[in-house]
Amino acid sequence: MSRVKHEFVEKNLGWLSVLMIIAVSIGGLVEITPLLFQSQVQEPVKGLKPYTALQLEGRDIYMREGCSNCHSQMIRPFRAETERYGHYSLAGESVWDHPFLWGSKRTGPDLARVGGRYSDDWHYVHLMNPRNVVPESNMPAFPWLAENTLDGAYTAKKMEALRTLGVPYTDEDIAGAKEAVQGKTEMQALIAYLQSLGTALKRADNE
Amino acid sequence: MSNFWSAWIIVLTLGLLFVLIWLLRWNMKNYTDIDEGQEMDHEFDGIVEVNNPLPKWWTYLFWACFAWGFVYLALYPGLGKFDGLLGWKSSNQDVQSLAESRAAMKASQDDGSIVQYDREVRDAEEEFGPIFEAYAKTPIPELIKNEDALEVGQRLFLQNCSQCHGSNAMGGRGFPNLTDDDWLYGGTPHDIKTTLLNGRQGNMPAWGEQFSDQEITELANYVASLSGRERDPELVAAGKKNFAVCSACHGPNGKGNQQLGAPNLTDNVWLYGGSIATIEETLHYGRNGVMPAWKDILGEDKIHVVSAYIYSLSHDE
Repeated sequence: MSRVKHEFVEKNLGWLSVLMIIAVSIGGLVEITPLLFQSQVQEPVKGLKPYTALQLEGRDIYMREGCSNCHSQMIRPFRAETERYGHYSLAGESVWDHPFLWGSKRTGPDLARVGGRYSDDWHYVHLMNPRNVVPESNMPAFPWLAENTLDGAYTAKKMEALRTLGVPYTDEDIAGAKEAVQGKTEMQALIAYLQSLGTALKRADNE
Repeated sequence: MSNFWSAWIIVLTLGLLFVLIWLLRWNMKNYTDIDEGQEMDHEFDGIVEVNNPLPKWWTYLFWACFAWGFVYLALYPGLGKFDGLLGWKSSNQDVQSLAESRAAMKASQDDGSIVQYDREVRDAEEEFGPIFEAYAKTPIPELIKNEDALEVGQRLFLQNCSQCHGSNAMGGRGFPNLTDDDWLYGGTPHDIKTTLLNGRQGNMPAWGEQFSDQEITELANYVASLSGRERDPELVAAGKKNFAVCSACHGPNGKGNQQLGAPNLTDNVWLYGGSIATIEETLHYGRNGVMPAWKDILGEDKIHVVSAYIYSLSHDE
């Protein structure tokens, strides 16, 4: 009699699919779904500020140039990592990142707390040609960033879109967005973004 | 985590385990009237199905996995709100600032709860803390005689400082050479340490608005002449007239001021380059070199060792 049961699953494609989907989705249902509703991953840490218009544009350039293919933004809670990069990353630091840029590959160093670690001048020289400051670097140069200027045509719209996802931009932020980025180079925007990374925890202490 | 999601996780996790146990038991019995090893009247394309039981070694492994799963769920956090009997955590994830994180770490270290990261840090501090403490108590001019300390300092330097100052500490354009005993903000052990702890903010104003291009060329020639370089005397004399504004920071004789980080203009050491064109550029657009603050990143004890390494580069006895 049991042969019949077994054959039922083996020979009935529809039921086989349904049972397979149930089997493979349990892991996600247990490990992912509850996280979406946990306060830890929804509430920003105390010092978190939404990206300014210029930083936001810089973030888009970071995505466009594929920085996250080589740089992670996720410091794991191991001493070997925190000694090099600083305090381990917290979920509350990424709640306004849509999409997050944690990455999973470290050809270059992690950038989760690169903000304030180097001067703006250094970032400029380094992005123009990394080997000018770090001779052994294998990072590509990005000299065109210094030539391309931003027109800010979509900055306000991007901020509005992010606001619908819960980023607390004010009406003034959005109204002033175009003016804030217009005429700035992509280089300036990217450096502004990099200098903002991972500064929230420290800011919370100083406020 | 709300009770609902906690229950959700527990029911799904345990439910799945029990379903799998049932499934395994169900598959271990022979429900057919065909003996083990006999054909099952199921043939396709010459391939015949034989009634073979699950391999013993495989089913034992499966049972062992169930046992391991239950032990794991009892000891470690896996079932919703239940923290596990060990109270193990990877790190303090519910902190909001560095101060809160430090407090949480201290609390977990004091009450002995198992926060893996905090234990890792405690163990490292027990091992390395006394070494850095001993270094911190040794004045820098003493410390540079300690080869081990200098090696530690060099490693910290390579990790944190070489990106700007170079792995040989000889700097680059805009990033000072640390080996030449020529200092913007002073080269005493105390000055070096202060620079590392709090950072520095260079502030050479832009003079492109105040002075015409001709006046800037004259000034550049005068500045170059201060280092004893041969320049057109007419340009030098004309530039000297406008140097009064520069002397506010660089001093009347151009010797600089380490309180302000205003460079000495008479020693032919140039941070951004000493060509007339570069000096003109500096005058025209200003310079705002920044040394970041390292207090929060490295902490005072490590900065003491790095300072010793930097001090040793120009005080090699």
